[in-house]
Amino acid sequence: MKTIVEDNIDILVVGAGLGGTGAAYEARYWGRDKKVVIAEKANIDRSGAVAQGLYAINCYMGTRWGENNPEDHVRYARMDLMGMVREDLAFDMARHVDSAVHKFEEWGLPLMKDPKRADLPEGDIGKGAYMREGRWQIMIHGESYKPIVAEAAKVNADKTFNRIMVTHLLTDDAQDNRIAGAVGFNVRTGNYHVFKSKTVICGAGGASNIFKPRSVGEGAGRVWYAPWSSGSAYALMIEAGAKMTQMENRIVLARFKDGYGPVGAYFLHLHTYTQNAYGDEYESKWFPALEKMVGKAYLDTKNQHFSHKPIPTCLRNHAFISEVAAGRGPIHMVTVEAFQDPHLEEVGWENFLGMTVGQAVLWAATDIDPKYINPELTTSEPYVMGSHATGCGAWCSGPKDISGDIPEYYWGYNRMMTVDGLFGAGDAVGGTPHAFSSGSFTEGRLSAKAACKYIDDGKAEGINVSEKQIADRKEEIFRPLETYTVGRNEIVGGTVSPSYILPFPGLQRLQKLMDEYAGGVTVQYMTNDKLLNMGLHKIKILEEDLEKIGAEDIHQLLRAWELKHRHRTSECVIQHTLFREETRWPGYYYRGDKMKLDDKNWHVLTTSQRNRNTGEYTMEKQPLYHLIDEK
Amino acid sequence: MPTFVYMTRCDGCGHCVDICPSDIMHIDKKYRRALNIEPNMCWECYSCVKACPQNAIDVRGYADFAPLGHSVRVIRDEEKGTIAWKVKFRDGREKNFLSPITTKPWGSAIPDFRNEAEPSQEMRDSELLSFEPESIRLDDGGLHTLESNGLKLKEGVYY
Repeated sequence: MKTIVEDNIDILVVGAGLGGTGAAYEARYWGRDKKVVIAEKANIDRSGAVAQGLYAINCYMGTRWGENNPEDHVRYARMDLMGMVREDLAFDMARHVDSAVHKFEEWGLPLMKDPKRADLPEGDIGKGAYMREGRWQIMIHGESYKPIVAEAAKVNADKTFNRIMVTHLLTDDAQDNRIAGAVGFNVRTGNYHVFKSKTVICGAGGASNIFKPRSVGEGAGRVWYAPWSSGSAYALMIEAGAKMTQMENRIVLARFKDGYGPVGAYFLHLHTYTQNAYGDEYESKWFPALEKMVGKAYLDTKNQHFSHKPIPTCLRNHAFISEVAAGRGPIHMVTVEAFQDPHLEEVGWENFLGMTVGQAVLWAATDIDPKYINPELTTSEPYVMGSHATGCGAWCSGPKDISGDIPEYYWGYNRMMTVDGLFGAGDAVGGTPHAFSSGSFTEGRLSAKAACKYIDDGKAEGINVSEKQIADRKEEIFRPLETYTVGRNEIVGGTVSPSYILPFPGLQRLQKLMDEYAGGVTVQYMTNDKLLNMGLHKIKILEEDLEKIGAEDIHQLLRAWELKHRHRTSECVIQHTLFREETRWPGYYYRGDKMKLDDKNWHVLTTSQRNRNTGEYTMEKQPLYHLIDEK
Repeated sequence: MPTFVYMTRCDGCGHCVDICPSDIMHIDKKYRRALNIEPNMCWECYSCVKACPQNAIDVRGYADFAPLGHSVRVIRDEEKGTIAWKVKFRDGREKNFLSPITTKPWGSAIPDFRNEAEPSQEMRDSELLSFEPESIRLDDGGLHTLESNGLKLKEGVYY
């Protein structure tokens, strides 16, 4: 295996989904002579959460049409996340996001237009306003969303390395809180890759498959978030010593059963609705008791429907979970009314074909035509990510003009983490839910501009990475191949060895542990302090065993490192879940020992920092600043 | 087993290996043709199906919950800028769908910033991103700020 060193990089983009592509593109605008390099685990044309395509862009203000202002979106995200949002970062994303969407249209992404609104002013890029799915969502023909956006990154980057699994970030030998690049390996050739860089923008993904999935056979691949989202964003940052935030805020999705086909267009555009197995509306009857758990400010049974507040995602989950537990499942989506309209029927199907083909495959296989049969819904296993209705990620600085007066929220460079020179986008940035694809791309752009400024300000001078740091990482990365080769000689054959565990059994152990101790689907999302402490103990033992993970070939080495990343992410999730002594998001998870929302003690953001040498976590509460009217 | 490859159609070109986001399409050394080596890491994203020049790759729904006897086939045409789907149910019913995938010839509309004018120092010092504020708003307004929108950030419990 060769060692390939890419030196003198100014901006290294690790992971080129929507966040990373935005970063590479914008980095060239501000850094004409800077060396911009992308390291991507798959092929940039079809990588990240948008690989399959999307049928909607879920974050678009429509400021040019007078639809929404950025603060409207912040208030919506605040309500949906039960108050827990970095509102400075959310406002910043929202004020820029429309410019990304307008560029996508210019590049050829087909955005649907609303025929009823064709009279609106003609802009530089097409006439009339876009077709709204909901207040924040616009509808697109997005099968090629990712290849189109990838082109913008490839054209503007100096080099794009596909098929590189980045395993670790490098830090400066003299100042270990300063970033110096990254290392990893090519999942096809097995070559060791070293990227020496002045800054790193982490665009890697959140985590699927850390909680035991409902489908454990082949269907384990049909997770809601992509199976290649291995929590690398979190593991890379945690191990570099970055402060993390809101890692307890995992998300559970109510989706079409088994295929996890999306429901957004169905609810918002098709106006389908849910009912229990006996044809009854069930949500509202759970709300009075739920109101007592979370308080009137978050759920007002009497007045909620008359206000502008939608019911938070987690609370709707709670009603769903409760109704099923009461024996009146399954919950159905009532489609047979809407699907009588041929246009809406087409939208319903194309919605899946554009972003979750597996749901169409399942309906074809089971003869479910939603025109005649109301399909089943289910609640998923939990996921850890930061760009949907959840905000896990790193603790980042905001922009000066918004966050400048708040010391906890501002330290000089927008979207820079607590590690100097390390920036993030998408799932990597914490406290910024509801960014989705367009918002993640926007965060990449914000990071790239700030990274250029960081370099121009001379903050990245004199970085040194010793040969020892590089050699030690190499030994560590390839060790599973060696472990397997040696251990394999002890046994006749098969997968059972006393000296190593293989990546897949290791993953199943992690999933079982997270499921049973940290609030997965088989325990109805329930956990408590005792269970979490036991989970922490077990995850520590698993870490020791992961030192003995074996890999038969380079592909298994990829799976071994993905598992290590999932493991580190999970550990942080348990630490945070234990720290927040309340049930903030009923329907995402429950702390059985603290079943109420507690604004008196926990109206705060949580942060953690893992000590690089000891592995100990330091937990802190951070203040929540809300956007309010000046008057 | 989510995706699978027909023996008589695959010529081992490797387009699927090149595009698969999950690194599960590999070339079988004995038959020199592609196969899915890890079905439980397949998202049924159809990236390989769309990329196959021989239409040799198909999908059979996950065995956990999908009965046999169905098919969802696709032809993605970059020249025409369209994608065509044919959904066949287990009971034989069919549905067909056709959608655009792009409005421009491939790659023709992407700016290479190396050919554009350098941003001014004033723009560098501002909070603006490339092509802003024109690309956000149609009027003469600038970027939204707390001040322009009459807002402030305040610590405490607000809803």
